[in-house]
Amino acid sequence: MINLTIDNKPIQVPEGTTILKAARMNGIDIPTLCHFELDGMNFENKPGGCRVCVVEVKGRRNLAPACATDVMEGMEVLTHSARVINARKTVVELILSDHPNDCLQCEKNGDCELQSLTKRLGIKEIPFKGETSTYRKDSTLSVYRDMDKCVMCRRCETMCNKFMTAGALSGVNRGFQAVVAPAFEQNLGDSSCVNCGQCVQVCPVGALTLVDDIAKVMNAIADPTKKVVVQTAPAVRVALGEEFGMKPGEIVTGKMAAALRRLGFDQVYDTDWSADLTIMEEGTELLGRLKKALAGEPVKLPMFTSCCPAWVTFYEKNFPDLLEYPSTAKSPQGMFGAVAKNYLAPKLGVKREDLVVVSIMPCLAKKSERAREELAVNGDSDVNYTLSTRELAHMIRQCNLDLNDMPEEDFDSPLGQSTGAAVIFGATGGVMEAALRTAYEVHTGKTLPKIDFMETRGFDGVKEATIDFDGFPLKIAVVYSLGNARKMMEQVRQGNPNGYHFIEVMACPGGCIGGAGQPYHHGNSDIIRKRMEAIYREDAGKPIRKSHENPEILAIYKEYYGEPCGHLSHEQLHTHYFDKSDKLEATK
Amino acid sequence: MPPGRELEGQRGEPTLKPPFPAVSGYMGKPSNVNNVETFANVPVIITKGAAWFSSIGTEKSKGTKVFALAGQINNVGLIEVPMGITLREIIYEIGGGIKNGRQFKAVQTGGPSGGCLTAKHLDTAIDYDSLVAAGSMMGSGGMVVMDETSCMPAIAKFYLEFTCEESCGKCSPCRIGNKRLCEILEKITDGRGTMEDLQELRNLAAVIKDTALCGLGQTSPNPVLSTLDNFWDEYVEHVVDKKCRAGVCKKLMSYVIDREKCIGCGKCAKGCPVEAISRTDYTAPGHKLASMVIDSTKCIKCGACINNCKFGAISIQ
Amino acid sequence: MANIKLSEDKVNIIKEIAKSFGNRAGEVINVLHQVQGKFGYLPAEVQEVVAHELNIPVSRVYGIVSFYSFFTMEPKGEHPIDVCLGTACYVRGAEKVLDAFARELNVQIGKCTADGKFSLNTLRCVGACGLAPVAMIGEKVYGRLTPDQVPAIIAEYK
Repeated sequence: MINLTIDNKPIQVPEGTTILKAARMNGIDIPTLCHFELDGMNFENKPGGCRVCVVEVKGRRNLAPACATDVMEGMEVLTHSARVINARKTVVELILSDHPNDCLQCEKNGDCELQSLTKRLGIKEIPFKGETSTYRKDSTLSVYRDMDKCVMCRRCETMCNKFMTAGALSGVNRGFQAVVAPAFEQNLGDSSCVNCGQCVQVCPVGALTLVDDIAKVMNAIADPTKKVVVQTAPAVRVALGEEFGMKPGEIVTGKMAAALRRLGFDQVYDTDWSADLTIMEEGTELLGRLKKALAGEPVKLPMFTSCCPAWVTFYEKNFPDLLEYPSTAKSPQGMFGAVAKNYLAPKLGVKREDLVVVSIMPCLAKKSERAREELAVNGDSDVNYTLSTRELAHMIRQCNLDLNDMPEEDFDSPLGQSTGAAVIFGATGGVMEAALRTAYEVHTGKTLPKIDFMETRGFDGVKEATIDFDGFPLKIAVVYSLGNARKMMEQVRQGNPNGYHFIEVMACPGGCIGGAGQPYHHGNSDIIRKRMEAIYREDAGKPIRKSHENPEILAIYKEYYGEPCGHLSHEQLHTHYFDKSDKLEATK
Repeated sequence: MPPGRELEGQRGEPTLKPPFPAVSGYMGKPSNVNNVETFANVPVIITKGAAWFSSIGTEKSKGTKVFALAGQINNVGLIEVPMGITLREIIYEIGGGIKNGRQFKAVQTGGPSGGCLTAKHLDTAIDYDSLVAAGSMMGSGGMVVMDETSCMPAIAKFYLEFTCEESCGKCSPCRIGNKRLCEILEKITDGRGTMEDLQELRNLAAVIKDTALCGLGQTSPNPVLSTLDNFWDEYVEHVVDKKCRAGVCKKLMSYVIDREKCIGCGKCAKGCPVEAISRTDYTAPGHKLASMVIDSTKCIKCGACINNCKFGAISIQ
Repeated sequence: MANIKLSEDKVNIIKEIAKSFGNRAGEVINVLHQVQGKFGYLPAEVQEVVAHELNIPVSRVYGIVSFYSFFTMEPKGEHPIDVCLGTACYVRGAEKVLDAFARELNVQIGKCTADGKFSLNTLRCVGACGLAPVAMIGEKVYGRLTPDQVPAIIAEYK
């Protein structure tokens, strides 16, 4: 243990602790800007660049960045001396002097870390006037970039390169012109970006924000010729409450359904329902591949999950040689759209073009997935609009509602009933566990002795297990972060030395609960943990916890699809992937 | 810039220290980073012994030092001198004094991270500590001598422009702070400065020194602080009197033709790149041609006319 | 993502250079150095091929190219002019020499003349402080320059 004083208070912390952590452990909250950490989720951005967290260390010539300076025996640290406060304020004033002051209209108004820092330091005016940075605005279907607001914290760059290994963003130029951008400052959409949107989730300011689709949805609701239905993804219900002052991990399923009805959606359905459908299709596909493998037929193993649209784009751009490995099953959002437009529309007595399907997702990549050409018929997308959890919260507030006041209501039928297996889709390991619950019973014909697969749960970035499928050792892996997914794909390229059969991939920290469309967690990983606990609480409380026991799912197969992976489901519920990699084409 | 970043194929941005390069440098391995001069000292220390090397120099700074002597001085070039030598010896004995018999004004040591010393430092024995005590540093070993034709606020701005160009942009004090320092200096040299600007320069320079991530940012305000300390009057002249005594700050000066001295040859007008010079209808007594005049709204103060006038009729005011 | 289009000859030159450095990511700066030596500059397509050959994101390559002042994405003139703006040259009037070049060639600093013959840039010290002020045209160093010498110097290359 190391003894030191912070603001004259003697404290003791383990060796290797930074001054920042030592102070926070002792109730002294030194402000930061660039520093960002997701504790236990393998994400840390610590460039020591913003210099907001500087403190005075006795005997040291200059001020020390608390985030990057380890404690030492006998150290005397001052976090609020006149010298420190002046320096900290001046540094923030400098940052503000190169930042647009359009806070009132900024997407991040109220959620901006620079704004709260300015307030906290009591900065009332900016003494520095001078040139400000201006860059071209740029947008994909998911992410909006306004780099005039960039503070060079580099969180997005670290997220894009270290965590996701997407490699779309890099620090470019230098000095005052330095900024984070794609190569040649080209459009993000022309880069290797996979639209995971995590750059938006970690951006402290309004430089990277989501593409707001609220107005389009409001217009559709207001259009009397349209019938507007909505689906809500599993992870939304365990995070939406945060936007209304509820504690992280509060489950708001019923209140959310009630709010959606009051917003004017004609029918309120559940993506959990189509998650159960996904398990039927994906589980059947897995068993089919395993059967072939056991019979010695050539087959692509391991099979990868394909629910995560950032992951889908990632392998299309980076692993065009391995496109036959991921499951062909559409994501739950995609399946819901296909069922709604093909099966539901006639039932509701409307043409597919007049049925507007809206989805509420914890994710920004879903906005891009929605627009994929192969998920549309004659230009009419199966899912017409995708809103994130944050946009839904905005919309609820805009419509003078408070989620806290909502009654508990149920989803509409027939695309509303779901099982515990569906809700866990929202957390890393959940799709795997849901698939195992169904695949085991279908494969063995026996009832699972224990429904909970603890091996697939938790925040480890890579989880591996061998599941006894009645004598057959099923080798599985669960990963989150596209960096970990990349390692798995590289193993497949090397011939799958670990002999995996099935691998689940989610791009975001902790899975969809940590998605880019969720309320901002500002690096507080406890929030993501609480969401995960809520997911498993919701699962445990469900009367039915296996997808193949969902009565509405069984009914639709009986009435419409026939059997999983049958002809019609192949047509509507499965998809295919495209080589989107860079090509080296030499001209003569 | 930290060693090894380029070798590793990275942007040359500083990393946090510790760990220092001697512990973890290139590819995470202990790395020895020194100037060529340091390495060049090694063979002679090995052959002649440490005692011999230590016999040269001062108590705390041993051996010799190579300076790149340059600027407004008669003898320029690389010089190797014992530590402890005075500036006067270097400038007037080795350097042969100031060019064209002008007055010594300042000597800038240490490169853009260093500071400017004045006549009052001429007899200071130069070593690592005395230079720092005087507000400069050994730094690059550059030693640029300036005479009264150098404007000190303009020199500070010149160095800040360099720092802004060289800043990697990683830390906010250096990325934005140096830019703002430079902008304030530009205001001053353009004649738009205020006394509050001089105050702001000091505070901002001090904060940048105190908070910047690497050696570049931590020393970049030195030229500002040392010129403020040693040439305060010159700053005040720029701000209050709107005058540049060195005749360097273009916005603070105008080119004027003395109509009595002008013989009307028109050579100045021919050489003027912006056609700012025209003929008047006044012919001075004793001259055959009408004199010339400069339109100050067109003049870009390039100095071409002064160089072309053989009669000393054009001056800067 | 875009498809990279570059002539086969050029692609092969880059491949050859990358190979000579073992196609190692850490050698990217050496590779870019040599590639620029061959082509004179590093346009986007060239950077794409370098990234491809070293198996690194092109954003990283561009991050490096846009960082180091040595690398350029603009083609240089047939006779690149570099005026030294180091301190020693500055105090001896390098700015006036620079202005004279810009005026004489009617070209902005950092740009190339319309006929592609000259490009004008500045640099910070060529290590010839004793000759200050100094300019370089190609590999040739001109010392103790005054603005009125500039037209004659340019005439040597016309």
